[in-house]
Amino acid sequence: MAARAPTTPLPSQGRLVRGYSAVTEANLRRRYRRDQLMIALTMLATGVVVVPLVIIVTYVVANGLSALNLDFFTQDLGSPARALRGQATGLGHTIIGTLVVDTLALLIAVPIGVAAGIMLSEYPDHPLNPSLRVLNDTLNGMPAILKGLLAWSIIVKPMGTFSGISGAVALAFVMLPIVARATEGVLRIIPWSIREAGLALGLPRWRVVLNTVLPAARVGVVTGILIAFARAAGEAAPLLFTAFGNNFYSAGPLRYLLGPVDTLPARLYSLAISPYKEWHAMGWAAGIVLLALVVVAYVTARIATRQRHETQL
Amino acid sequence: VEDDVQRPLTTSEIIRRPTAPIYRRLGDRLFQTLVVGIGVGVMLLALALAYVLLVEGAEPLGIFGFFGFLTGTTWDPVRNVYGVLPFVLGTLVTSVVALALSFLPALGVAIFSAEYAPRAVARVLDVVVDLLAAIPSVVVGIWGIFVLVPFMQNSVYLPVYFWALEHAPGLLPVLGPPAGYNLITATIVLSLMIVPYTTALARDAIRLVPTSQREAARALGATKWEVLRMAVLPYARGAIIAGAILSFGRALGETMAVAMLVGNSNTLPFTFFGPAATMPSVIVNEFREAVENLHLASLMALGFYLFLISLAVNLVAAWMQRKFAVGGRAI
Repeated sequence: MAARAPTTPLPSQGRLVRGYSAVTEANLRRRYRRDQLMIALTMLATGVVVVPLVIIVTYVVANGLSALNLDFFTQDLGSPARALRGQATGLGHTIIGTLVVDTLALLIAVPIGVAAGIMLSEYPDHPLNPSLRVLNDTLNGMPAILKGLLAWSIIVKPMGTFSGISGAVALAFVMLPIVARATEGVLRIIPWSIREAGLALGLPRWRVVLNTVLPAARVGVVTGILIAFARAAGEAAPLLFTAFGNNFYSAGPLRYLLGPVDTLPARLYSLAISPYKEWHAMGWAAGIVLLALVVVAYVTARIATRQRHETQL
Repeated sequence: VEDDVQRPLTTSEIIRRPTAPIYRRLGDRLFQTLVVGIGVGVMLLALALAYVLLVEGAEPLGIFGFFGFLTGTTWDPVRNVYGVLPFVLGTLVTSVVALALSFLPALGVAIFSAEYAPRAVARVLDVVVDLLAAIPSVVVGIWGIFVLVPFMQNSVYLPVYFWALEHAPGLLPVLGPPAGYNLITATIVLSLMIVPYTTALARDAIRLVPTSQREAARALGATKWEVLRMAVLPYARGAIIAGAILSFGRALGETMAVAMLVGNSNTLPFTFFGPAATMPSVIVNEFREAVENLHLASLMALGFYLFLISLAVNLVAAWMQRKFAVGGRAI
């Protein structure tokens, strides 16, 4: 280091690097020390950010594991008395409700979101595209709870009852802009030559989109859908006044759609703020299941696009 | 068999079915109509969000006035008087402090991941940060209730409170009752929850800085940190700040963890250790129990204000991204 540093500073060199008056040995040493310090600081920051994640996950797993038994997956919750007396109780109805609501939300959000993404990417000259992009981003940036209020107002209020459908619609509002944005992003990466090849073969434009562009972008679209799912599956706020909650198995499949249903995040919330110790343990266990659901979706998405580097939030 | 391979395909074999103009034109027109129709539907949905909140919340806005409702400090469902200033303040204070607390650590992680860490470490770190972003709000909330709140109460709130009781009684009204559920706990959790968003956006911005910029700085003899400070960070500045503003928008709307930890008090003044409330936390706590029509409408109107604030924040972030975008990249 000393050998590289000139003992007397060159007059012009000091000016080149703003804030460093001269390239002397002491100066160099100071700069290297600052470099080391900054590395240390960024590593410290990394620790500060990563450690809480580990702590939270550890606590959830440690506290919930004891309540994760067969009853947890097969029984319904019932009244608090059931848990207090040590009778069989669980969140079977919650898991079914979550599957119903999340699946329905995907069925609503995916076609609409993908179509909006196709409009943005495949018809780039459409005059409505700039507004669609802005409004889609606006929708994406809105708190999920407001989407719940919208779903309450357009579905729960006219129907007169809380329902699985309204919960699914609320979650679909959360997923939709993410799917649209992700689809647009992925379709834009597909080279135009592929579309031109299809058109040159005499395919009409809609067949080009559906049979060449979409299949080529399949992995990316699915990744976007998974990320949207992971985001929505953890949302409790919009579900509290749409799907509402239910302590029992619904009578018949239709009641899951048309009546109030339980969902994992909403149930986790009510278990956590309940005064019963037994329910707290079940709340932690619900946390494990919810975490697993979200993490599986995330990791699958991650593996599917290991090559890509962009982040879709 | 060989003949089949050698023989060139005839035109009719390549284009097996000449496409009818009806199939082409009608199909294209139908498809475009469908796609554009759905796109318009998405646009209408975003507008409907604002419209529905405004219409459903029209009553209190009419009674108390647009600004009267905003600046009213009394939120009393019993007397049917509604003003949302406490919640607006609660939301702004928690979000601003959470952003201030989390920005530098988030930037540190982004720099470490994008610049210093070996590739394998960076890859793992990216996954971890994304997973942190994916932890559901309620899961953080239950951890907050059963771990963070007792911890903070025993090791911070109570000691400070008792110290103040003996040495500085004047502080007591500012500190408030040392319940564990308060703005401080909520802010800590909030900053934990928005770190990954700031980090991910800053990291991507840093990675997008062209190599030539770094090489130019290195050629001047800069150390790695100087390369960052002189070339990389100024170049990525706009996107990093826009990312921070987006995270701020996230913090504004963050509902469950805050609702579970903020203590839920409707009356100003909020103290450091006493219960408080934010806009989303009030909506989620009271909406299911609202009996009075005016109460329900007031919660809707509160939602409308939350919409306006989020909209402003998102538009500023979008404007910053466009204004400071260098080389036409999009995030």
